[in-house]
Amino acid sequence: MYSFSTSVNDTIQNASPSQSDWIFHHILDSRELSLQPITTIQLPEISLFGLDISITKHVVYLWIVAVFLIITLILSARKYNKTLIPKGFSNLIEIIIVFIRDEIVKPTVGEKYKKYLPYLLTVFFFIISCNIIGLLPYGSTPTGNLAVTATLAIFSFFAIQISGILQHGIVGYFKGLAPKGINPLLLIIIIPIEILSLFTKPFALAIRLFANMTAGHIALMVLLSIIFLFKKFLFAEIAVIPMSIAFSIFIDLLEILVALIQAYIFTMLTSLFIGLAIHQEH
Amino acid sequence: MNLIFLNEQSSPNLLDVNFGVIFWTTVTFIIVLFILKKFAWKPILKSLENREDFIRDSLDKANKAKEEAENLTKISNDRIRQVENEAKEILSQGREYSEKVKKQILDDTKNETKKMIEDAKDEIEKMKEDAFNTLKSQIALIAIESAEKVIQEKLDKEKHTQIINNYIDNMSGKFNE
Repeated sequence: MYSFSTSVNDTIQNASPSQSDWIFHHILDSRELSLQPITTIQLPEISLFGLDISITKHVVYLWIVAVFLIITLILSARKYNKTLIPKGFSNLIEIIIVFIRDEIVKPTVGEKYKKYLPYLLTVFFFIISCNIIGLLPYGSTPTGNLAVTATLAIFSFFAIQISGILQHGIVGYFKGLAPKGINPLLLIIIIPIEILSLFTKPFALAIRLFANMTAGHIALMVLLSIIFLFKKFLFAEIAVIPMSIAFSIFIDLLEILVALIQAYIFTMLTSLFIGLAIHQEH
Repeated sequence: MNLIFLNEQSSPNLLDVNFGVIFWTTVTFIIVLFILKKFAWKPILKSLENREDFIRDSLDKANKAKEEAENLTKISNDRIRQVENEAKEILSQGREYSEKVKKQILDDTKNETKKMIEDAKDEIEKMKEDAFNTLKSQIALIAIESAEKVIQEKLDKEKHTQIINNYIDNMSGKFNE
């Protein structure tokens, strides 16, 4: 916390044009893994076929999430070998799985829900873990990176198109996008709109998740920064500290809620769009 | 304070999309998806389904057992009712029979007593008659004796002979027949 405050102090005293840089330092991706005050790890730069695929902070946290998910979920899956009714952590996982299956996927996708369940479950657990890991100390939110949410949205896009094509065939699916029995003149307007909507859906998914995760973190940082902004005025600072901490705790709790809700919304909307692609007649 | 969108080219932008991150996200997500699908979702979902089937089966079985138990109770209740009815019938039959027997015995005794009374009456009548007859003969004897005594003293010769004659006549007539 000491280096944190001094860096803030420096930026305030220097009065550089970007005073908010230190906030974005915590939110934006970077080439280094900051474990202050212990150390800062420089991440390796890699390039593949001339493309820059350097490992960044968010990639490291993605891997942490991936390893965490694989270990915990496989361990809880193992428990089912021994007994039909496992206890403890597996039970928590089971509640989430059953919720996603019965409340999200079954009602939206319909009969063929089993085919899409593994993907949607992975999406939910992946996003929720990414959201939560940003709230932990030294944590960073991979879903606060537009590249990550965009990639997840691209997966959703393909899942939606593939589900529709598997159900209706390529020709049938794209024909079914336009409503039947409509004036041919209107098709001139409707066809571009429908094609556009294919892309706006995942685009909205990506932006929604990214914006929600980023906004919460910015609010958290800004509330904490009030303490350092008032550093020049001793008594004002003392007065401002409890308020600042109380509000950041409130925002932190709100962030937990948002992390859950955004993971739910992403999964639910992907499931809904898959359902819409499968049941085009509605 | 600069807005995030107006940052200089050099500083990283909030809306930057880094190709490296996209690449690594894709790789990570695909690996996680396949590993979880194979080693986590498949066994968990399968055992969840198994458990649901098991619960459904158990409920079905329990329902069936309940129905069976209800049937059995119904049957045993029916049996009990039947037995009760039978017992009632047997009881009423026994009562009827005993009533009949009682009546018969009563009738029999009544008849017998009646008969006995009648017999007694007959006997009495007979006795009476006997007694009467005995009395009559006695009376007749006494009368004859007394009459004999009277007649012995008062009968004259003439009348005496007439009577004897008549008697003889009667006797002879009898003999002649």
